[in-house]
Order: sequence, then structure tokens, then C-alpha cells
Amino acid sequence: MLATTGAPDSEPQEIPGGPGPAVSVRAVGHSFGELVALERIDLELPAGGVLGIVGPSGCGKSTLLEIVSGLTEPDSGEISILGAAPGPDGRLARSVLMPQRDLLLPWLSALDNAALGLSLGGASRQDARERAGGDFERLGLGGFEQARPQELSGGMRQRVAFLRTLVSGKQVLLLDEPFASLDAITRAETQAWLAGVLAADSHTVLLVTHDVEEALYLSDRVAVLTPRPGRVAATIEVPSPRAPDRAAAVTSTGFVELRERALRLLAGEAA
Amino acid sequence: MRPGRRRSGARSGLRRALAPAALLVGLVAIWELAAQQGVLADLLLTDQGAGGDGDSADFLVPAPSDIAGKLWAERGLLAGDTWVTLTEVLLGFVLALAAGLALAVVIHLSETTRRAVYPLVVASQTIPIVVIAPILVVWFGFGIFPKLLIISLICFFPITVNSYDGLRSVDPDLIKMMRTLGANRLQTLRRAELPWALPFVFSGAKIAVAVAVIGAVFAEWAGADSGLGHLILVSSGELSTALSFAAILVLAAIAICLFALLALLERRIVTWKENPAG
Repeated sequence: MLATTGAPDSEPQEIPGGPGPAVSVRAVGHSFGELVALERIDLELPAGGVLGIVGPSGCGKSTLLEIVSGLTEPDSGEISILGAAPGPDGRLARSVLMPQRDLLLPWLSALDNAALGLSLGGASRQDARERAGGDFERLGLGGFEQARPQELSGGMRQRVAFLRTLVSGKQVLLLDEPFASLDAITRAETQAWLAGVLAADSHTVLLVTHDVEEALYLSDRVAVLTPRPGRVAATIEVPSPRAPDRAAAVTSTGFVELRERALRLLAGEAA
Repeated sequence: MRPGRRRSGARSGLRRALAPAALLVGLVAIWELAAQQGVLADLLLTDQGAGGDGDSADFLVPAPSDIAGKLWAERGLLAGDTWVTLTEVLLGFVLALAAGLALAVVIHLSETTRRAVYPLVVASQTIPIVVIAPILVVWFGFGIFPKLLIISLICFFPITVNSYDGLRSVDPDLIKMMRTLGANRLQTLRRAELPWALPFVFSGAKIAVAVAVIGAVFAEWAGADSGLGHLILVSSGELSTALSFAAILVLAAIAICLFALLALLERRIVTWKENPAG
């Protein structure tokens, strides 16, 4: 519903005019004590674009997203979101991070959990519920609006968390393995649904995943990171992302070739 | 589904209550028998070297039936004193709850305040209430105020410490999630940290309400003209042991009822957690 109607008040923040990337990450490095997690990461993402980030476990993907979101300050480098001044507050205000764990509040219903970002932003309870509830059916959550999180399956909880992120009103979505706990079929359906949402509105998305197919299907560009310390090994341009017919798209010759290239990069082979 | 579950819950609750009830009945029965035979009084008198002449020492160890009789015969007196003590306990507890919660929030929000205040909070628990109670009576008189202070002083500690531990134990990832969704410090506190800490607050409150009754007795002993603590003091002075025991019984009943009330309230409010311990 959000994808098709898009009432004016449910639109995300205005994108400031003028050229320049919506998200720019310059020479960002970060360490945890002796351990160098990220080493000089450079990324750029235009407004409305989707950048996939794939990499082996422990390459600092989640750390990178936390840094971009403003929750963590990097040891070195600069991040800018929609022209915000450096410093975490501007990034926090313009982006929202969907962590790997769903972190639903057990004392709220599924609907109120999904509406949490809206109500924190000052929307009335009624208004927040209406706007968040519109997509419940679409995400296979219909009829579970009043259920408590502990009554939902892991996959359903993750979809509620995803909805909470999507309707939070922030322009830049930072998704950390958003569909990790879904089964293969639901996962494919949810990817196709997200592709529709992204095609219809102007969200800018940074998508961290370990699933190469997911990254290549949803993203305009995919950055492949090296194992620790994380560096960008290569960036793959995807010619026609988010095709409506997902099954056809991910089995086309071009897609399979891109996939092979990405997998070889991940395995550490030069491409 | 709900009523069925509740009914089976009630049945298993009854079964659970069977063992402690049987033990209690057994102990009371032995006590009754021993008291009627004068065994206990004889033992006590022999210990004090006063010789055992059973019958004349009934007042020393009243039988449960004597206590029950007193409970009924003096019900007017007991009701009046119960009301006085119950008022003190409730007001003192509420005062401690408000102050304890507020302090827990403040020391949770401010590291500096925590470092400054927390040692004092712990130190306040080392003050012997028995010693400070008469002083407070000297300062503030025989009214209810010094009693509320003493009860609050006793209740304050478990409430503050438990609430603070609850606020502190919030999953750090949850705080991050609130921040990224745009919550400010106050919103995070109100929407995530306080609900999270609620079961901890209840734990503290349940401990506090049980000790509040002891606090009330100390406070009344230090200076009062009514209340169950005052009644115990007076009746034991008159060697009316049965009445003392009756007052103690009512005090215990107050503590148990308030504790059960809090447990019930907790089960009603904290619906997202299973409470197997009830």
C-alpha cells in the first residue's frame, strides 16, 4: 500500500536538490583495540539508489552500517548523508538502521512495534497505527496486528522489524541482513515485494547481506568486501535491478555471470 | 482457551498450596497440644530455674486457641490498631517507591550523580533503625511523620537498588535501535528502559513491602499511642502474651496480603514475561 499510494504525509524526508551523492563514505577506517575491522572504505550512493554490500562473516559489514547510521563514530574518515554536517546527529536524523536482531519490544503489539518510529517522531497513536498497519497484509502479517512479538515466528518478527524500519520516515535505510531468518520461499517473495517498494518510492538503501543473489537482485551496485580488515575489493554494476519477474531475472544469463563474478571475488580470486 | 488455562492454573495452585498448608496445620496442632499440656511453659521455667508448676504459667506460652480467642474478643481494638499500622505501612511504602524510583532513574541517567550518591544509599542501610527511630521521634514528635520516615528508610533501599539494576540491564542493542529510530534520551527511558526495568521494580517492591511491616513496629516502639507495634509493647508489658501473639499474627497477615497484592499486580502488568515463581 505504501508502495502504490504514498499519501503526502507518509513520504520520506525531502531529498535536497542539487547533485552530489545521498550517502558518501570517504576513507573510513575503524578498529576495535588491536583488531582492524575496516580499512579505508570508500563508498558513494546517489539518492534513490540501492547499494549492496557483500562480504564474508567478520569483514566489518555490520560495523560499517553502524558507522553510517551515526550510532558509532569511525576512528578515521568522513561520512555524509544528504549533505548533513559531519557528526553523528545529522546521520542519526536522516537514516535508520535495521539491525540483524529484530529487537521488538515485548510489551507492545506487532502493530505498535511497527509504528514505533512514527510515534517517536511525534505521530499520534491512531495515525501511526494506520500508516504502519497498511502493509501488514502485504507482508503476510495480516491478522497478527495485535499479537505480541513472542507469539510470532522468527520470520514474522523480522518482517515486523523491517516494516518498522521502512515506515520510520527516514530517507536512508541501512539494512543489515534484513531477510536472514526467512525461509527460501518467503525470502524470495519478500525480496520481490521490497523491489516493488523501492521502485515506487525514493528511499536510498544500503543493503548488507551475505546472499550474493539477494544483493545482485535488489541493488544498482554491489560492493564486495574483503575479509578482515574489510576493504572494497571491487564494485559490480548491475544493469537492470529489481525486475518485477524475480524468478526470470535471477536465472537470466547476465545475472548468472554477475553472480559468478561476485562469488569469485568473495573467494578471493581476481576477477 | 484463557479461562481453561486459568482454571487448570488455579487447580495446580491449590495442589501447590497443599504441602505448606499441611505443614502449618501440623505445627499449629503440635503447638496447641504442647501448650495445653504445659510442656513449653515447664521447659521455659525450668530453664530459668524457677521450678515447673505447669498450670500457673499459661500466660507464658499461649495456645493457638487462646490466640484465636483473643483475636476475636479484642477484634475492635485490633481493627483500630491495624488501621493505624496499615496506613503507616502503605504511606511509607508509597513514599519509598516514589523516591526510590526517582533516585534510580537519576543515577541511571547521570554517571556523576551515581558515583556521588550510590555509596550514601548503601551507607544509609547500615544505620541501625532501632537506634535512629527514637531520635526521629524526639525531632518530629509522636505523629505519623517520623514513622513514615523510618518505614521509607527501610523500604527505600531494595526499591532503589533493584530498579537501578533493572535500568542498567537493558540490552544495549535495544538502546541503539531506539536511537536509530529517532528516540531522544527521555523517549528511550520512557518507551524502552522503564518497561524493561518494571519486573525488577516489582522485585524490589515485594521485598520492601515485607520489611515495611518490621519498620512500622520499630517506629511505633520508639514512640506511639496506637498501632499494632504499640499494642505488642503494651500487651507484653501486661503479660498478655496471647494478645501480643494476636497482633503479630495480624502484622504477618498484612505483610502477606500486600506481598500477594503486588505479585498479582505484577502478573497483570508484566504480561510479556512468564512468572513461574508467581
